[in-house]
Amino acid sequence: MKADVKPKPVISGEVETGGILLAVENVSLSFGGVKAIRGVSFDIRKGEIRAIIGPNGAGKTSMLNVINGFYHPQEGTITYKGKRRHDMRPYLAARGGIARTFQNVALFKGMSTLDNIMTGRTLKMRRGLLAHALHFGPARWEEVRHREAVERIIDFLEIAHIRKTPVGKLPYGLQKRVELGRALAMEPELLLLDEPMAGMNLEEKQDMCRFILTVKDMFDTTIALIEHDMGVVMDLSDRVVVLDYGRKIADGTPADVQGNRDVIDAYLGVAH
Amino acid sequence: MSLESSARLDTVPKLLLRNAAQFRARPALRHKDLGIWQTWTWEALLNEVRAFAVGLRKLGLERGDAVAIIGDNRPRLYATFAAVQSIGAISVPIYQDSVADEMAYVLDHAEVKFAVVQNQEQVDKLISIAERVPQLRTVIYEEERGLDGYDHTRLHAFAHVQELGRQEMAENAGASGWWLDEIGKGKGSDVSVMLYTSGTTGRPKGVMLTHDNIVLSAQNGNKFDNFTFRDTLLAYLPMAWVGDHIFSYGQAFAGAMCVACPESPETIIEDRREIAPTYFFAPPRVYENLLTQIMVRMEDAGRLKSWMFHYFLKVARGCGEKILDGKPVGLWKRLLYAVGNVCVYAPLRNRMGFSKIRVAYTAGEAIGPELFRFYRSLGMNLKQLYGQTEASVYVTLQPDGEVYADTVGKPGPDVEIAIADSGEVLYRSPGVFLKYYKNDEATEATKTPDGWVHTGDAGFIDQHGHLKIIDRAKDVGRLNNGALFAPKYLENKMKFYPEVREAVAFGQGRDYVTMLVNIDPVSVGSWAERNNVAYASYQELAAHPQVYDMLARRLEEVNRQLAEEPQMAASQIHRFLILHKELDADDGEMTRTQKVRRSTVIERYAPLIDALYDGSTRCRISTAVTFEDGRKGVVEGDLTIVDVPTYQARAAETLREAAE
Repeated sequence: MKADVKPKPVISGEVETGGILLAVENVSLSFGGVKAIRGVSFDIRKGEIRAIIGPNGAGKTSMLNVINGFYHPQEGTITYKGKRRHDMRPYLAARGGIARTFQNVALFKGMSTLDNIMTGRTLKMRRGLLAHALHFGPARWEEVRHREAVERIIDFLEIAHIRKTPVGKLPYGLQKRVELGRALAMEPELLLLDEPMAGMNLEEKQDMCRFILTVKDMFDTTIALIEHDMGVVMDLSDRVVVLDYGRKIADGTPADVQGNRDVIDAYLGVAH
Repeated sequence: MSLESSARLDTVPKLLLRNAAQFRARPALRHKDLGIWQTWTWEALLNEVRAFAVGLRKLGLERGDAVAIIGDNRPRLYATFAAVQSIGAISVPIYQDSVADEMAYVLDHAEVKFAVVQNQEQVDKLISIAERVPQLRTVIYEEERGLDGYDHTRLHAFAHVQELGRQEMAENAGASGWWLDEIGKGKGSDVSVMLYTSGTTGRPKGVMLTHDNIVLSAQNGNKFDNFTFRDTLLAYLPMAWVGDHIFSYGQAFAGAMCVACPESPETIIEDRREIAPTYFFAPPRVYENLLTQIMVRMEDAGRLKSWMFHYFLKVARGCGEKILDGKPVGLWKRLLYAVGNVCVYAPLRNRMGFSKIRVAYTAGEAIGPELFRFYRSLGMNLKQLYGQTEASVYVTLQPDGEVYADTVGKPGPDVEIAIADSGEVLYRSPGVFLKYYKNDEATEATKTPDGWVHTGDAGFIDQHGHLKIIDRAKDVGRLNNGALFAPKYLENKMKFYPEVREAVAFGQGRDYVTMLVNIDPVSVGSWAERNNVAYASYQELAAHPQVYDMLARRLEEVNRQLAEEPQMAASQIHRFLILHKELDADDGEMTRTQKVRRSTVIERYAPLIDALYDGSTRCRISTAVTFEDGRKGVVEGDLTIVDVPTYQARAAETLREAAE
C-alpha cells in the first residue's frame, strides 16, 4: 500500500524551529480514490506528549506512517529537526532518531525478549557481520556495551522475568511492553506509539502510563501517541490533535479539545 | 579490629566484624543486577554497612530509634539491618506489599523515625500517609528510578547517605573508631528487631526480639543442620517475616553463609536454578506450586517422556525415601532408582533449582503427605519444622533420618516443650521474645512469667517423641453428631490436587461438612486450553460446568479416602461451591503469609455458607475487593452449588444420598 510518488529532494534546507521538533504542513495522502489524509498541519514540540486521536478510519495510523516515512504523501511537507522534506524515508527517520511501536505488535515472535530489544540497537552497531559472527575483539566489546543498554531497558520496563522467553509465548500486554523496549533501545528523540494501551487491563495501562511518563522525563524523549482510551489521553498528553475523515478538526490542550463541538460530534455522531 | 577478642559475639553487628576479618573475600551477598550476578564479599559488606551507618548518624539517627525497612530482598536492605543495629537503633521490617493503611498503623505504633525503602512505589505509599505518621522524619530509597523530581528535603538516596558517611570518615578520623565503639556498646539483651506478626485476628502485634534471641536461635539452627560458610541460600521470602530474618540474616551472619537475592520476585525460579542453593526454605504452598507447574508441563510432554516420568516417579515412590534415609533397599530397586535419577530425578531437581540442595525445610502449614513424599522420593532432604515469630522461629525440627510426613519434629536445641491440659502446645527457649511492643495485655496472655509461651496450636507428642500439630486449638471442632471435625485436615487433602489453590471447610456445629474451593488459575487455565474450554476471566473459568465436574470428581476421591479412616468418615464433604474470586490478603481473607483467615471468610461469605446448608443450588453474592493501590471495587457472581456423592464408612458402595 505504498503511495506511488517518486522521491523528491529536500526543498529548502534549514529552517528556524523554535522548539518545534517536527511539523507537518498541508499533508495529503490518498490511496487511489481514497483520501486518507486531507491537508493536515500540526507540529510536535520538543519534550511534549502529543496525542493524535479520532474515530476509526480517521487517518491516525496513516499520519504516523507519513511521519516515519512508510507512506509518502502526495502533497505537503514534513519538517523534522529543521529539515524540510516532501516526504520522509524510513531509514532517514530511524537514523534521525524516530522510533515507533505498532498497533498490532510487530515483533519477531520466535526470538526472545532480549534479542527483540537487541534488534533495536542495530543502527548503533558499528562492526561488520563477519566481526560479530567471530565474536572477537571490538565486536565483542560492542556487543557487551549494547547488551548493557538493553539490560537497563529490561530493568526499567520490569520484564527481567521474560528475558529469555520467546515473545510469541507472551501475553499481549507484555508484548506491547517488549515492543516499547525495542523502540527505546534506539534511544529515540521522537517516539511514535500506535495505541500502546490497546487490549490491556487497567493495571497494565497504569504501568504503561508510568513508563511513558518516565521515558519523557528521564530520557527527554518527545512522544506522539495514538490512543483510544480518552482517560489516558487526557491524563498523559500535553496537546491533542483530533482527526476525522482525514481532516484535522481540533488541536489544543486536552481541556480545549474535550469541550470542542466538532470533536463531540465526530465521536458521538450528529443528527443531519 | 580489637573488638573481636574482647567481647562475646552477642550481637549481629559483632558477627559482621568477625566475618569481615575471618571470611574477608568469601561471598556474603549476591544480587542479580542487569542480568548478571554481582557479589558482595564480607569485607565489601562491612564497608557498605559502615558508610551507611555513619551516614545515618549524620542524618540524626540515635540509639534506640526505630527504622522501618520496606522492600524486596535486596543486599542494601540486609546491609541496612546491620547498619541500623550497629549504632543501637531498632530495625522494623514491614511487609512490602502492605497497603498504605496497614503500613501507617505499624509506622505509627512502632514510632518509626527513619524508613529505608526499595523504590518509588514504597516512597509514594509513605508520602500518601505522611500526615498520619508525623514522627517519620527521613525516608531513604534504594532504587533511584522515577524519584528525580521529588522534594528531597526529607528524602535521600541510599548512595547519597553512604556518600555522607564516607565524607565524614574522610574528614573526621575518629568516625570509623566511633562506629566500632558503638558496636562495642551493643549488648545481647538489647532489642534488635521488631517484627509485626500478620496475626489471624485483630491488629498486628510488634514482637520485640533481642540480639540474644536472634544470635542464639541462629547458632542453634546452624548447629542442628551443620550450616557453614560453604552453604548458600536464596532470600526470597518477605524480609518482614521472622523466617527470612533468622535464615537470611541471623543464620547467614552467624554461619557466614552466602545469601543470594533474586533479580525480581518474578524471576525466583530462574534465579534459584542459577544459584542452586544448598539450603532452602519454603511454605508448603511454594512446593505445591512448583509441583503444579511441573505436572502442567508434563501434560504437554510427548508420550515417551510422559511415560518415563510417570514410571520413574512410581519407582521413586516405592524406594526413594528409604534410600534417602539410608534404610536397606534391594539391589534391583537401587539400580532402577539410579537410572531414574539420571533420566528423571536429577533433571527435575535441576529444573526446580534444587540440584545442590542439602537441606530443605517447610513450615507454616501442614504439608500434604503425598506432596511431602514426592520431594523426598526425588532425593531431596525435605524436612518439617515448627516455629513462631515469638520463638525466633525454632520450636521443633525434624532431624535427618527421622522425618515423618505428619509430625513437625523434635524440640530444637535448648528448647523445652510442654502440652497443656487443654492440648495446647507450650515452649520455652533462648529465642523466646522479650514482649509485644506497647501491648502488655497480649504479652501476659501469651507468655508466662517464667518464660513459657502459649502457641495457640493443639498437638501432642507421638511415640517417636515428635510433636504432632492437629490444627489451631480454636479451629478444631465437632459436627452435630459429635464426630471430630478438623477442617485443615480436609482442606489439605483437597489442596493436594493441582487444580485447587485454596479450600475452606465448614462443619462446626453443623450436620455435615461443606467446602468453598478456590481453583488454581494456572493449572485450570492450562487444562481449559487443552480441552478447548473458552473463558474470559477467572470468574468465568471458576463457574464453568466442566470445571465443576472435575472438582466434583476430586471431592469424590477425597470422600472415598475419608471413608476408609474411621475417625474421619463422618467428615466427608457433602456439598461444595467454587468461589468466584481468589482469596486475597488485600481483602483481609488471608494473612500476609498466605494463610486463610477463617473467621473473615465465614463473615464475608455468610450467604454462600447458608446456601451450602439450605439445599439451594444457586446463590448470588457480591463482594467488596481492595486493589493493591488501595482502590475498592465490587465483584459479583452467581454461584452454583453441587452435591458430592459420599461413601459409607468402610463399605465401598456409593451412597448417592441427597444432601439434606
